[in-house]
Amino acid sequence: MNERVIDNFDDIRIKVKNGERLSFEDGLRLLKTDNLLALGQLADIVRYRKNGDRVTFIINTHLNYTNICQMGCNLCAYAVKEGDNDAYALSLAEIEERVIGLSDRGFSEIHVVGGVNPNLPLDYYEDLLRIIKKHNPNIHIQGFTAVELDFIAKLNKLSIKELLERFIAAGLGSLLGGGAEIFDPTIRRIISGHKSGAERWLEIHALVHSMGMKSNASILYGHIEQPEHVIDHLIRLRELQDRTGGFNTFFGFAFHPENTKLAAEYQLTGETTGVYDLKMLAVARLMLDNFPHIRAFWIAIGQKLAQVSLNFGVDDLDGTVMEENIFHAAGSEAARMIPKESFLRMIRDAGRIPVERDTLYNVLKIY
Amino acid sequence: MNQLVTDRSLLPIVEKVKNNERLTLEDGLTLYRSTDLSTIGMLANHVNLEKNGRNVYFIQNLYINPTNVCEARCSFCGYRRDPDEEGAYTMSMDEILHYVAERYTENIREFHIVGGHNHTVGFDYYLDTVRVLKEAYPHVVIKAYSAAEIVFFAKIAGLSFREVLEQLRAVGLETLPGGGAEILNEEYRRKLSPDKATAQEWLDVHEIAHEMGMKTHATMLYGSIETHEERIIHMLRIRELQDKHQGFMVFIPLAVQPKQKTASIRMRTAAFDDLKTIAISRLMLDNVPHIKAYWIDIGVQLTQIALSYGSDDIHGTIIEERISHAVGAKTEAGLTRDDLIFLIKGANRVPVERDTFYNIVKEY
Repeated sequence: MNERVIDNFDDIRIKVKNGERLSFEDGLRLLKTDNLLALGQLADIVRYRKNGDRVTFIINTHLNYTNICQMGCNLCAYAVKEGDNDAYALSLAEIEERVIGLSDRGFSEIHVVGGVNPNLPLDYYEDLLRIIKKHNPNIHIQGFTAVELDFIAKLNKLSIKELLERFIAAGLGSLLGGGAEIFDPTIRRIISGHKSGAERWLEIHALVHSMGMKSNASILYGHIEQPEHVIDHLIRLRELQDRTGGFNTFFGFAFHPENTKLAAEYQLTGETTGVYDLKMLAVARLMLDNFPHIRAFWIAIGQKLAQVSLNFGVDDLDGTVMEENIFHAAGSEAARMIPKESFLRMIRDAGRIPVERDTLYNVLKIY
Repeated sequence: MNQLVTDRSLLPIVEKVKNNERLTLEDGLTLYRSTDLSTIGMLANHVNLEKNGRNVYFIQNLYINPTNVCEARCSFCGYRRDPDEEGAYTMSMDEILHYVAERYTENIREFHIVGGHNHTVGFDYYLDTVRVLKEAYPHVVIKAYSAAEIVFFAKIAGLSFREVLEQLRAVGLETLPGGGAEILNEEYRRKLSPDKATAQEWLDVHEIAHEMGMKTHATMLYGSIETHEERIIHMLRIRELQDKHQGFMVFIPLAVQPKQKTASIRMRTAAFDDLKTIAISRLMLDNVPHIKAYWIDIGVQLTQIALSYGSDDIHGTIIEERISHAVGAKTEAGLTRDDLIFLIKGANRVPVERDTFYNIVKEY
């Protein structure tokens, strides 16, 4: 019993306390550990140093303008081909109908993301942004992944910079962190073959940052990646952040195997488990010493795990929080929403201070 | 590990745990008051590793709920029915055998049988249930009837608790499940479960069972109106009885499931509360071998995490859970053996299939 030596990370703890950067090997050891609580405590030191006891959230909504996508990534269950039964691309009139009065309903951010759909002209995107802004001049539009930008630019024979300038003029506020998946080329080829390469993804974010715009970064985990690929991914993000300082936050997407080609091909059945979700967040907090925030999506990992994640380096729980009356009126949307009171209680029960923020992490209200 | 303790008020407890000293009521309250979940978890994890190593136990079992007719009206329950109410059922012996035959597989080692306090059938019905199942499946362990049901049988049959247990044992009963304990506090029970066994009666039934050489289970239903002090006293009453006969195999904290919001049950328990309660149970109940995390009530993800907070048992496959699901549990009603193994391995622990009495069937 207990013959195994438990790694309490004494050497890494000294580094963390002194604010020293962790190495690739440190990251691997942390990610592979079976001492979950010691890992959480290390991440908690960094979390407290950077963000104190504040836990931020945002009142936001999502607009998925199309699910038609020509990428055919093995990891995806969302994308469909044109002509499929459930294929859609919202018309501008439909979009207008959806976005009227968002600000009045308390939303400070709209999150715009879709498939890589070759049928949508450049005007469509610009009009989409303008329509949102016309009805909600104060809302922040966080839109498009680097992958979408790359595709739209190529299709319209524009440079990324030219495209961004047009989108910014139309109302784009910041860039999404999605599409990063796993940077390692071998893994990336298998899970998302046609998607922009790692270098391209990083280059686009660097450009965005150089234009004074902020963005976020992510990882897709829980499929065929090994610990080495996770740490490599984090270190690439850390290096870019050293150069630009343009990333606000990092978050993880847990891979959901249902209805994906990847799961069928590699016989991936299980969802990621709670322990791996927490490890990912804690290791990210420790490796990404130059990222201000680590985010957990309560929608993806559930309210219970989201609360526990606050002990594993997380200081931001994203949205989507609503006032109680809107919550009940939301109907089918409700599964993605949470009443504000219970959200605040979840944060307070963890001994933390709930803070409503805007997209760029300005404080809107301390509860 | 002292340098890792954020909440310095926990330091005296850290010392006690290191020295294997028994914790007091006041210690339990200090633990509940603290928001330093990591330290509490580390202490509980330490105690668990000392007791159980890296083993995490599960069992392939089948739940059988022969009736939902119940004369008691506990406010946390969504399962019970009046005899003439819609949805009320009482399975005949044939129906019970048919129900089991449809779900039985050869690896099932335990039938977990609980139902309502059904006053429309006699004690014989409950005896027959055990008898016919034992006759049909002699190698399967019969884990049946919470202490609250035993108290009810004694009342309807005009027998002592001991006589009830002896008659049940004679037809095949081998262990009592831990249910019906709720919170072992008379005031609480007057408010939430006034028609059911008192706290003392619940303890008496288990004590008699232990005297008869039977091993049993203990639960605590937390998350409604009870105070932290009442939870700790609940644990201490279990600990005190355990000192006498060492008859409890496992302690199982159950999170209340709030389908219908009532004055007493307003919300689902917070994850911090679930993990703290598991960890504090491990620390207070120094004489109980195992602490179970019940995935039906807290979800599989949190159950996996609970394995680092003092729990060494994730219960079983169940096949079809009804009682927690009647009050809105959001989990699956059953899991496969492979699901449970995957869950345990993901926590870097050793999956161990057990029988009812924690004998090892197989390590994975």
